[in-house]
Amino acid sequence: MSNIINKRELQVAAIENGTVIDHIPADKLFSVVSLLGLQHMGNKITIGFNFDSKKLGKKGLIKIADKFLTDDELNRLSIVAPHIVMSIIRDFKVVEKHNVEMPSFLRGIVKCTNPKCITNNEPMQTLFHVVDKDNCVIRCHYCEKEQQRNEIQIL
Amino acid sequence: MQNMENRSLVTIADYSKEKILYMLQMAAEFEKNPNRNLLRSKVVATLFFEPSTRTRLSFETAANRLKARVIGFSDPKATSSSKGESLKDTIMMVSNYADVIVMRHYLEGAAQYASEIAPVPIVNAGDGANQHPSQTMLDLYSIYKTQGTLENLNIFLVGDLKYGRTVHSLIQAMRHFNPTFHFVAPQELKMPEEYKLYCKEYQIKYEEHSEFTAETIQDADILYMTRVQRERFTDLMEYERVKNVFILRNSMLATTRPNLKILHPLPRVNEISYDVDESPKAYYYQQAHNGLFARQAILCDVLGITLDEIKKEQ
Repeated sequence: MSNIINKRELQVAAIENGTVIDHIPADKLFSVVSLLGLQHMGNKITIGFNFDSKKLGKKGLIKIADKFLTDDELNRLSIVAPHIVMSIIRDFKVVEKHNVEMPSFLRGIVKCTNPKCITNNEPMQTLFHVVDKDNCVIRCHYCEKEQQRNEIQIL
Repeated sequence: MQNMENRSLVTIADYSKEKILYMLQMAAEFEKNPNRNLLRSKVVATLFFEPSTRTRLSFETAANRLKARVIGFSDPKATSSSKGESLKDTIMMVSNYADVIVMRHYLEGAAQYASEIAPVPIVNAGDGANQHPSQTMLDLYSIYKTQGTLENLNIFLVGDLKYGRTVHSLIQAMRHFNPTFHFVAPQELKMPEEYKLYCKEYQIKYEEHSEFTAETIQDADILYMTRVQRERFTDLMEYERVKNVFILRNSMLATTRPNLKILHPLPRVNEISYDVDESPKAYYYQQAHNGLFARQAILCDVLGITLDEIKKEQ
């Protein structure tokens, strides 16, 4: 587990304890913010937007002090940003690194694009089965319509 | 996601090969004698959130001939859903009264959702463009009865293969029986890519045809006709061109196989010429009649009545 951070690349202040989410595509940053419900959190949060990234061009970065996200919370993000990396920081050091993994189903996260689907007409949670993890193809449990990544709308 | 207790029928895809054959045997028992006392103390609710006279009459006849009592509505305008009541509330309310709910809904996934919340079994009588499993069961029963088997048949699907849910469900159900499908459709109504991928996934053989002639259909065991609907076309010129091409005429049947049977989920408009009705190969009216037996089997099965019990009751 690497805990060496190149100071020249450090574009926002380090945190003592908490979670860092890195490699968020810049255009997905605010979806990630809302998926995690950061706007309702009392913790100190640093949000970096449009940082330079070799891989992504422009990227986003989130640091949440004194909060340790679980794998489940992380995996909710897979639908918008499959390549993000989460680091758990303790005493200014990276003690764990997690890659996001696509879960096998998504409950209450994604909206069905089919206007005739029951989920868009009834007070109920949506449920999708992930049929192709690599290409991010999901199928509505109710109307059975499939969606590709570029069609996916977050609730 | 369904709990083990729930015996609902939402989609034909839930049926295994064994279950399909079992249900066909059950339907055959009801064909021998459709008038039974099996559901004497039961109440069957038929909730039709969109009108479908044919399907409703078939289910209600099935229930009546098994001596069940039937409650329900055939027009949602007369119900609380027109006042904005949720589907959940309607289903929960009716579950207090009925032992089984047969429902037709204009929204896709409605029956799946109902089956997850209702304490009584749900029978899907059509949810939007999605599933209509009792239609598929009667199609399977008709094929089985006329061909003596479901195995190794040449099945020609003709007409609107893009939106026709009956043909999509038929492909799903026939995947167990090594069929060869022929998809005969105008360009705009071709079989969607996802169903062709489905065929590949399950190693179902298929061929596509854009012409509908006597030659195209000469190897058919089953000719499954569907309606080409005007409202499906974005290009009305295209509709005008194809509407008279995908019509089955008696003259086209001369060179077909002697065991050929012509099916149609009905209602037809003009896709089967009336001179076909007299042909011994026309089977669509009997097919609709078979719906009664298939639906009797479905009602009994969701209520936990077994084939043995049906045979004993005889």
